[in-house]
Amino acid sequence: MTQTQKLLPIPDLDTKDFWDGCRHHYILVQRCRNCGTFRYYPRPMCHNCNSMDTEWVRATGKGKIYSWTVTTHQFHPNFKPPYIIAIVELEEGIRMTSNIMDCDPEELWIGMPVEVIFDDITSKITLPKFKPVK
Amino acid sequence: MFNLRDKTAIVGIGETEYSRNAPVSLLSLELQAATSAIEDVGLSIQDIDGIIPGFMGPTVEDFVTNFGLKDLRYTVTVRLGGASAVASLQSAAMAIASGVAQTVLCVTGWKGCSEGGIVAITEGQALPMMSVTHNFEFPFGALVPVQWYALQAKRHIYEYGTTSRQFGAVAVAMRKHAMLNPKAIMKTPITIEDHQNSRMITVPFRLLDCCLESDGAAAVVVTSAEKARDLKHRPVYIMGVAEGHPDFPNYIPGRAKITELGLKKAAPRALVMAGITINDIDVAEIYDCFTWNVICQLEDLGFCKKGEGGPFVENGRIELGGDLPVNTHGGLLSQAHILGMNHVVEAVAQLRGDAGLAQVKDAEIALVTGYGDLGDGSVVILRR
Repeated sequence: MTQTQKLLPIPDLDTKDFWDGCRHHYILVQRCRNCGTFRYYPRPMCHNCNSMDTEWVRATGKGKIYSWTVTTHQFHPNFKPPYIIAIVELEEGIRMTSNIMDCDPEELWIGMPVEVIFDDITSKITLPKFKPVK
Repeated sequence: MFNLRDKTAIVGIGETEYSRNAPVSLLSLELQAATSAIEDVGLSIQDIDGIIPGFMGPTVEDFVTNFGLKDLRYTVTVRLGGASAVASLQSAAMAIASGVAQTVLCVTGWKGCSEGGIVAITEGQALPMMSVTHNFEFPFGALVPVQWYALQAKRHIYEYGTTSRQFGAVAVAMRKHAMLNPKAIMKTPITIEDHQNSRMITVPFRLLDCCLESDGAAAVVVTSAEKARDLKHRPVYIMGVAEGHPDFPNYIPGRAKITELGLKKAAPRALVMAGITINDIDVAEIYDCFTWNVICQLEDLGFCKKGEGGPFVENGRIELGGDLPVNTHGGLLSQAHILGMNHVVEAVAQLRGDAGLAQVKDAEIALVTGYGDLGDGSVVILRR
């Protein structure tokens, strides 16, 4: 199977640093050197001031659940239900789609504190996922 | 500002049969819908000098070749997912009002049942604007619209106390209307209890919150108001039309407020162009990919305040006979999923007085929305 069929990300020049970070088990997010605005997903330009002068900074990996869903229908052979998809708001203020692991769906709540864990899917791709802070 | 109000009119509508197993190609379906719309105008195929095809599937070249069209003057493809059908009316109106073209065909179809589904989305028909989705949603199993919008709906529930039973009220209304529509696929009555008992797909969406997967095509023909006066049917004028885009259109989590849609920006523009207020609308055809999306759009259109969409749809208010009949054909939820072009066709039928058992008495002004990709919005206001 190709990477696309496995539904894995395909790093490119704009996103490679982020995925490299994940491979080393930390979340790198972009911060604008001009105005300090964080952004995610990785991209060339700051949406706040349009500067392209960007630095990558290491996120704390801690955040809160902003919204969530539990998928109970199987849409694709690679993803066996039930599983939790959430929008996680990181301490840096950016939000990302990810999965919540090691969590009973009944216990989910918006605002729940979570922290990053890393799922090494292949030798090249690691996905940042989250688990509740105990 | 140059105003498109009443400069153009929809003068022809066409639809194929709606089914779950069309035995012909998507191109055949779209050609059927297109020729039926052109016949409805009372013009010949060679009178078409502009074509706006759907955002996926057959291209303009397919139409020019099959029609043997001698002089196409204008084409554009509007890539706003489910907002494309209504947004294409804006492009058609602009092309006609500016004189670039005189008579424009807008056509859309989908074999969403027999050739659609997750495989098509994830492996075959990647659309360019979906690359962020491929890289930052798919890997987490966030594969399809029902999951992306579930995250918005869940947040709406959290912020405003919207309930699943209110989602159910939308599903029940659409089904009641479908039962009056000869083309509708779903004919079995449902209750709110049926909705509550239907299986969960992805929280908070149950099976009966979801639109149909179906096969079919629909088309409309737009021309100048001047030319429209001499044609077969009473013209349905385009009073106001607009599109609107959310901040971060390709990544829902990036938005400051994920419970607001591009439609919120488009709606005031369309209303100003039309010179009316939202209370002047007699019937609304709202892009109903999922029940919650109807609730959210009614808010963003201004029928009620943000957060009040849930209570708004209760107690039959959006059913025929209610204050604001919505999706009088049964919508994507219960008629068929023709990417919202079926909503445009229904609005025109209502304003012609041809909507059969679902006719809204004395309907003079109709509103139609489109909703696409991850929250692009489009809206057209039509009058008889």
